[in-house]
Amino acid sequence: MNFFTDLWGFLKERKKFWLLPIIITLLLFGALIVLTSGTAVAPFIYTLF
Amino acid sequence: MPDTLLGISAYYHDSAAVLLTDGHITAAAQEERFTRKKHDSAFPTQAVRYVLEEAGVSLNDLTAIAFYDKPFLKFERLLETYHAFAPKGLRSFLSAIPVWIKEKLFMRRMLWNELAEIGPGRPTLLFPEHHLSHAASAFYPSPFDQAAILTVDGVGEWATTTIGRGDGNAIEILLQLDFPHSLGLLYSAFTAFCGFRVNSGEYKLMGLAPYGNPNATRTLNWKQAIYENLVDVREDGSFLLNMDYFDFATGLTMYNAKLWERLFGIPPRKMESELASEYMDLALAIQQVTEEIMWRLAQTAHKITSCRNLVLAGGVALNCVSNGKLLCKKLFSNIWIQPAAGDAGGALGAAYAAWHIRENRARHPDKRCQDAMQGAYLGSQFSELDTQRTARKYAAPYRHYADFSQLCKDVAARIADGKVAGWFQGRMEYGPRALGNRSIIGDPRNPEMQKLLNLKIKYREGFRPFAPSVLEEDIRTYFDLDCITPYMLLVAPVNADRRNPLPEGDAELDLYTRLYHLRSDIPAITHVDYSARIQSVSKATNPRYWELINAFKTVTGYGVIVNTSFNVRGEPIVRTPEDAFRCFMRTEIDYLVIGDFLFDKKEQKALKDDINWRDEYELD
Repeated sequence: MNFFTDLWGFLKERKKFWLLPIIITLLLFGALIVLTSGTAVAPFIYTLF
Repeated sequence: MPDTLLGISAYYHDSAAVLLTDGHITAAAQEERFTRKKHDSAFPTQAVRYVLEEAGVSLNDLTAIAFYDKPFLKFERLLETYHAFAPKGLRSFLSAIPVWIKEKLFMRRMLWNELAEIGPGRPTLLFPEHHLSHAASAFYPSPFDQAAILTVDGVGEWATTTIGRGDGNAIEILLQLDFPHSLGLLYSAFTAFCGFRVNSGEYKLMGLAPYGNPNATRTLNWKQAIYENLVDVREDGSFLLNMDYFDFATGLTMYNAKLWERLFGIPPRKMESELASEYMDLALAIQQVTEEIMWRLAQTAHKITSCRNLVLAGGVALNCVSNGKLLCKKLFSNIWIQPAAGDAGGALGAAYAAWHIRENRARHPDKRCQDAMQGAYLGSQFSELDTQRTARKYAAPYRHYADFSQLCKDVAARIADGKVAGWFQGRMEYGPRALGNRSIIGDPRNPEMQKLLNLKIKYREGFRPFAPSVLEEDIRTYFDLDCITPYMLLVAPVNADRRNPLPEGDAELDLYTRLYHLRSDIPAITHVDYSARIQSVSKATNPRYWELINAFKTVTGYGVIVNTSFNVRGEPIVRTPEDAFRCFMRTEIDYLVIGDFLFDKKEQKALKDDINWRDEYELD
């Protein structure tokens, strides 16, 4: 939670809201890779990309 | 209970930890000295443990912890840089981003996890900007009430160069130059092109530059080529790099090899290969460009701050040749340079910024013009028992002196006789230089000393110069310098009356002929251009080292000795008596002094199973 508070504070301070979708996308990709590594879902994810 | 602040720098290079107690530096140390891995970038667990122990506090007792940069801002720079250069830089993007997504973006959590290994407690975490940390490390410990502040390095978050003003306990950053336009990275690109390692070989490039021929057409043409093609420098010292020639923004290398080869007409030098004169001229060309940019930046700092004092920090502030030239111009009445000017010093600056800016604590610089660095002797120290324990472990015979003056006399006599000694006393130095507490010392008058130290003791490149430690009161006797230089951060000429004339056509001679020509009556510390990187030693700051040099003066009439860091190439400077003993045994050092103990090499038995010790260290 701290992370999102910090991130929001940073974006507001720097007025760089356009970075938000990029950061969220990267985080989602990161989470996806971590969650799917070594699982049965992985091959289906790979075919999407 | 006093207010204690912990400063940390980590995850780039030269991790360090510093502890401030009520605004006073209690302890400061670099992680590399503990882990024995040069420029170690890992979280400084052992350095943090040490500084806490030195102050007798735990994490629970801390007012706050200050980390030396802002991770989100750095990530912003990365994303915007990749965006600006896309589609170039995809490979670099793919290697850099996962580390950020996995770890560095969650810096707060990462730091808490590391700190949890050290002990319980969660004080406030602060993140001052990288260049504010540098500026704070330059201004707050300086002896000045007011000063212009110039910070120049590779890159922090965005800033690569800043000019600011310090007044009382406030710092205001007035001008800032952003990535990718960086003097530090420009110098590093030339360091890499000349076959040295980035982030450690910059010192070698600076040492190589005086071998270049300043009057050669090649040097002049290359300097012009740098200005016309690589860096566009403006009147105020601001500059733009031509990014067609550099790869560091998006690539995994510093420069575009093809374009550089075309521009300079020579290929990049292979590491460890022979040093051809071309690379010496190129080193001189970039050194001169660096000095000119620094001079313009200093002029701008003077103009916009109207201060008579200048303080410097950031990696480029370790370029002591450039510092010496700035001093010479007398634009500022006084110049003070943070001894840990590189990233290790960021830990100190971060802690200072938290104390003076966030906590708004007043600052009381010493009116006698003493800085707050305590001679940079801020690290680990060891007892007689520790030394005896090491001696027992290695079954090493030694002599213990009850009278320290007698020890100094004996060591001075041996040095004057051409011997080399390891000198280990008191607290370890903070910053890259050994200042007489973890030093190897020798006789500067000895014509063979430079060769001996480089090749048989340090096992490093033969061309590298050595620095003198001189009694503070004797500086003018040997050098053309009107101020003290306790941190070895100023280069000045050896006095004209001590110099020997150069052989005819000196600049055309090969490197080693020039190197071994006796240039003065103190040849071991006189570089080929008659310059010396001076450390002045004060009786008040380091009485033991002062006494040794004074004893050498009594024997020889010279109040100056050779001082080089106590390590071999690729090894961090020794920290413990055991590190010192091992280094002593692995090299051709004749004597080792630890505190009041003297070890004589002739009486020692060789270390067992230590043939492959060189594999322990990666060459820098």
